[in-house]
Amino acid sequence: MSTVKLTVNGKGVSADLEDRTLLVHLLRDHFNLTGTHVGCDTSQCGACVVHIDGRAVKSCTVLVGQANGVNVTTIEGISKGDELHPMQAAFRDNHGLQCGYCTPGMIMSAIDIVHRHSGQLDEDTVRHELEGNICRCTGYHNIVKSVLDAAGRMKVAQAAE
Amino acid sequence: MGVEGIGASVVRKEDRRFITGKGRYVDDIKLQGMTHAHFIRSPHAHAKVKNIDSSVAMKMPGVVGVLTGQEIVDDKVGNLICGWAISSKDGTPMKMGAWPAMAPETVRFAGQAVAVVIAETKNLAKDAAEAVIVTYEELPAVADIAAAIRPGAPQLHPEAPGNIVYDWAIGDEAAVKDAFSKAANIVSLDLTNNRLVPNAMEPRAAIAEYNEAEEHFTLYTTSQNPHVARLVLSAFYNIAQEHKLRVIAPDVGGGFGSKIYIYPEEMVALWASKKVRRPVKWTGDRSEAFLTDAHGRDHVSKAEMAFDKDNRIVALRVKTHANFGAYMSLFSSAVPTYLYATLLSGQYNIPSIYAEVIAVYTNTTPVDAYRGAGRPEASFLIERMMETAARQLKVDPADLRRKNFITTFPHQTPVIMAYDIGDFGASLDVALKAIDYAGFPARKEKAKKEGKLRGIGFSCYIEACGIAPSKAVGSLGAGVGLWESAEVRVNPVGTIEVLTGSHSHGQGHETTFAQLVAERLGVPISQVQIVHGDTDKVQFGMGTYGSRSLAVGGTAIVKAMEKVEAKGKKIAAHLLEASEGDIVIENGEFKVTGTDKSIALPMVALAAYTAHNLPDGMEPGLKETAFYDPTNFTFPAGAYICELEVDSGTGKTSFVNFVAVDDFGRLINPMIVEGQVHGGLAQGIGQALLEGAVYDSSGQLVTASFMDYTMPRADDLPSFKLSHTPTLCPGNPLGVKGCGEAGAIGASAAVINAITDAIGHNKLEMPATPDRVWHAIHGNA
Repeated sequence: MSTVKLTVNGKGVSADLEDRTLLVHLLRDHFNLTGTHVGCDTSQCGACVVHIDGRAVKSCTVLVGQANGVNVTTIEGISKGDELHPMQAAFRDNHGLQCGYCTPGMIMSAIDIVHRHSGQLDEDTVRHELEGNICRCTGYHNIVKSVLDAAGRMKVAQAAE
Repeated sequence: MGVEGIGASVVRKEDRRFITGKGRYVDDIKLQGMTHAHFIRSPHAHAKVKNIDSSVAMKMPGVVGVLTGQEIVDDKVGNLICGWAISSKDGTPMKMGAWPAMAPETVRFAGQAVAVVIAETKNLAKDAAEAVIVTYEELPAVADIAAAIRPGAPQLHPEAPGNIVYDWAIGDEAAVKDAFSKAANIVSLDLTNNRLVPNAMEPRAAIAEYNEAEEHFTLYTTSQNPHVARLVLSAFYNIAQEHKLRVIAPDVGGGFGSKIYIYPEEMVALWASKKVRRPVKWTGDRSEAFLTDAHGRDHVSKAEMAFDKDNRIVALRVKTHANFGAYMSLFSSAVPTYLYATLLSGQYNIPSIYAEVIAVYTNTTPVDAYRGAGRPEASFLIERMMETAARQLKVDPADLRRKNFITTFPHQTPVIMAYDIGDFGASLDVALKAIDYAGFPARKEKAKKEGKLRGIGFSCYIEACGIAPSKAVGSLGAGVGLWESAEVRVNPVGTIEVLTGSHSHGQGHETTFAQLVAERLGVPISQVQIVHGDTDKVQFGMGTYGSRSLAVGGTAIVKAMEKVEAKGKKIAAHLLEASEGDIVIENGEFKVTGTDKSIALPMVALAAYTAHNLPDGMEPGLKETAFYDPTNFTFPAGAYICELEVDSGTGKTSFVNFVAVDDFGRLINPMIVEGQVHGGLAQGIGQALLEGAVYDSSGQLVTASFMDYTMPRADDLPSFKLSHTPTLCPGNPLGVKGCGEAGAIGASAAVINAITDAIGHNKLEMPATPDRVWHAIHGNA
């Protein structure tokens, strides 16, 4: 057992855990942040993607010991109150989701993609960058549209700030 | 159409909870005192269970119990059922082997459960499972159809000699033989329809709770049809009576057919919750999903088509072997028979058809309906055949199709189905234009100069949806009726709840169904709540599969609304002192035509519930129920054309263009419909290029993770060009046909037809991986 201290969605939290616990289970089972999902057991599907210190990471690849002292943002932490993050709004407006299971991981990955490319994205780049996130419902058509749309929205939002 | 009514692409009501991480899936639910289950599964494809020693495990910390297959048999929990009786052509009933929820004596596929560990946490249950020692005596296994039907093959079930479940046939064999004897040309084709793993992104899960005081069970489960689950669990499995069992399917993360069935894990969770007197939770991991979710497809077929001298089809003969895996899953028997062979006429006038289907047991995971269920296999066969015939007869594939299209409706095929309406030529015309078919030869030539092999492929599919008229399916062996129910409740303040027996697991019912209400009553969709997925709320329903929810469930909603409107008009006429016949409903108001007199829906609702001033003899309240049984299947159809390039050096396929033109009848929410098509196309293309469940000869699934089984990723797929050429379905008041499965049904033939066009010969199996395509180009040397 170890005590882990970290920041989750802006709040300092701690938990006593078995060393083998994965970050995704810490978030889901101990902090009730069930928006982060588990879709596979081989780190392929991306349903569990969160941000660690601002970078997209599959939370099933992180042991809680590695999460000591880090700053985690989950899908529950990206909107400002009732105001959706531009990526969330773009997924809704472009029908970028169906069953919703892969969606939180998709959105968290997509935000990181836009950041890393400074908003300069084309369809091929988005499709290539999404290879770590599997969706079975949408055929990705509207996810790609959503990410391209959000890249524009995020630029506008950034300019406004 | 209003801004939120029929035909409006409004954004989905359900999305906000999903994009903010507030969806509530089964694994997100925690109950007080909940324990966790982990199943012990056979590593062997075929073996006797000689002994299970749980003595060490039982002493481990946190272990609540270890339960075995023998105990579930001793407690008289029923074996798993198959809900559709099919007889062989000699009249004998299908030969069904017993399938206990956990195997007491014999395991018949790798992954079959033999015992379950219940513990305080999932990790403790997994740890204890490692300490349970199961002694097996391995038996020889058969992993594919050829091995299973070979003389002297190992036998799976004593009930099924030769591993044959049934040998079924449809059509007129003599007429087909006669037509073939007079044919000018005969085209033949051998096809394999590869086995697929559905892989909804949410793994299956179940939480069962037994309330001792009430002698009542609650089951949270990942189901497409919670009422069917309750019916089967109570009527056949002896676990709980129907009125003592509540089944809740909350947010469900995709189904594609795989969540229709009542699996052993849900049965065991319920049974175990009473044994350990605590809630029991099981969440499958992806490896368990690969091993235990019902797989799809897996046919081997030989097809022959006869043409007259004018290239008109005169007959079709098909022989198909269908792999059922180790046991008969819930609707497995219907898939390669009434959902497959009845669609073998495709979009074409075919005077006579004869199809034989031989269903076979193998030591593999059970096979059942997966998106399209039988119809993709039929469509793939017919559309590969039409392309092959065009090449053999040296005619244009579009022209050959057009010459043979059915053009008058209704049309009775020789294999049961009566197509009600369609315009196959219209869909093909739009598709040809969208892909610029006229310009294709020049594009192919240009690609050739650049060293690329370019091909174009067609697929003109038809499917039977709106499943299904109860009397018709009953006469064909179905164990249930396939109607749907709806209840429309107008609350005293005028908000509306619609209870439906359909279940949404990605399809957007909360929006589409609310639009039906908005269209008729003129209320905003924000005032309408769609309630589904809970047997304590919705009285009964048959769930969601077979692209049925709108055509059947939506029509039930319309029928219930008609009753609500009729009563509302009576109340409004009474209050406005007008004649009932003069009342119309517009924009949320009941109006007296030709006057400025009106009363808003909330006031009518309030009057219905206060009951201070109702017409004499009228019951208070404003709530109506309807059960709707369809009169026919619906027949969505379309034309898909795929243009692609093959790199002869690597065998890699790259899409140039993919055009899908569909006829779904009236569209309620075009945005949602197109999303359904995109997803279906991805699964059809996945089958054609990437996906395939592979077993080794000992029955081990070697593609049992996302590292080995290729799921389509974003960069495997193109953006799609969609169009619609609707003809309104005459069989329901909405004129709708269903759109959920079309893409998966139509896409794979278009892709394989395009690749075989590009490489210049026809011998290519799915999935057409770069390795296979390279060998197809360069020979096997």
